[in-house]
Amino acid sequence: MNITEIKPNPEFEAEIVAAGGEDVKMCFQCGTCTASCPSGRRTSYRVRKLMRMAQLGLKDQIVNSEELWECSTCYTCVERCPRSVPIVDVVIALRNIAVAEGHIYDNHKKTAASFYKTGHTVGINDKIKALRSSMGLPEIPPTVLSNKKAMEDVDKILKATGFNKIVE
Amino acid sequence: MAKYAFFLGCIAPLRYPGLEKSTRVISERLGLELVDIQDASCCPAPGVIRAFSRDAWLAAAARNLALAEKMGLPIVTICNGCYGSLFEAAHELNNNADKLAAINKILAEIGMEYKGTTQVRHFAEVLYNDVGIEKIKAAITKPLDYQVATFYGCHFLKPSEIKEIDDPENPHILDDLVEATGATSLPRKQKTLCCGAGGGLKAAFGDVAKEFTKTNLENMTESGAKYIVDVCPFCHLQFDSVQGDLGYSIPVLHLSQLYGIAMGMSAEDLGLSAHVVPVKL
Ligand code: SF4
Ligand code: SF4
Repeated sequence: MNITEIKPNPEFEAEIVAAGGEDVKMCFQCGTCTASCPSGRRTSYRVRKLMRMAQLGLKDQIVNSEELWECSTCYTCVERCPRSVPIVDVVIALRNIAVAEGHIYDNHKKTAASFYKTGHTVGINDKIKALRSSMGLPEIPPTVLSNKKAMEDVDKILKATGFNKIVE
Repeated sequence: MAKYAFFLGCIAPLRYPGLEKSTRVISERLGLELVDIQDASCCPAPGVIRAFSRDAWLAAAARNLALAEKMGLPIVTICNGCYGSLFEAAHELNNNADKLAAINKILAEIGMEYKGTTQVRHFAEVLYNDVGIEKIKAAITKPLDYQVATFYGCHFLKPSEIKEIDDPENPHILDDLVEATGATSLPRKQKTLCCGAGGGLKAAFGDVAKEFTKTNLENMTESGAKYIVDVCPFCHLQFDSVQGDLGYSIPVLHLSQLYGIAMGMSAEDLGLSAHVVPVKL
């Protein structure tokens, strides 16, 4: 039998707190979340286990895991958790930490890049423009897409938060 | 006339403009004035952008909230994702002076300020609470006999602790809204199961997302439903775009489109040509 010693990881704990996942410490491992989780039914993702790994400070295993990205943020577990752990916030916090270290899927990077470049997560094409006009809607919706200055504003605030580092 | 700041988001205006158009038309019929929020961006998407950077998410959401605040109107959105992001961002900023001050440092760079007063509403909830079922019934000109599977999605009602709209495990509000048209909402198994698209799942693990959708489609078929009625363009996209691969073809309508049909709108104005699964009127 192999026994691995798990050392406390106060730096990771601080990172989780800073990213908004502090209340993971409230989890007492009942497993209600995993039993409720539609993703866990279809994948190897186990949300109770992820909460435990976060408590134990297993940063490398978490940021490198596929499972971290298999939560659909459906909030079923959050509704049922007897300890009111904001589980989705914890998942988001862990994902933020993973992304800051360069762990991001190509398709997610594309979505991020589209948001950074256009202010929207999906683009506009000629077919949609034509359809919009035919319905009496402005060809381009009255969002950042219609105003260069607004686009630059979004760009500025994203840069101020370091979002550009994720897409570059 | 009750007035709202209309937040468009991304998928409705840029993929299914019929959702935007029908919302505008039925609002007018029901006495709701929707004023466009000029220059808004993506909400930003709660399951992807927020998962990449909470800071960027909150700052961009605060800009959207500030645009509506300047108009002095509550935000209304027809999308669960936009509702999730904007509601949660507002909840966070409107109740925490420190976070608000930190965000305002960023907004100051573009000459903006958010005072922390914007309220965020979901269009379906506005229909239910501000217009009311009786007034909706009175506005229906073409009663429908559709057999419907209602699809709430996740971020309309959850987290219920802060949203307090309806019981998230056994909701009725969308069923009541659908039945106001004369249609029947059929009971089915696992009615509140996620569509699978959220949280970046559709983009990173599309096959897993489809597995969620498939279970929903099986349960909807078993219930005898002939239409799916949603309140979210992203759930709408998921159901409309993956059914072909899964061997199903149940037409998908947003609640605004269902109301549009029941108020006599044309197939063109409902934007049905953008749908993958054909909808025949
Ligand atoms: S339901 Fe809550 S307390 Fe129970 S294991 Fe999950 S997170 Fe922990
Ligand atoms: S929010 Fe995520 S972890 Fe919780 S039940 Fe839904 S998919 Fe599972």
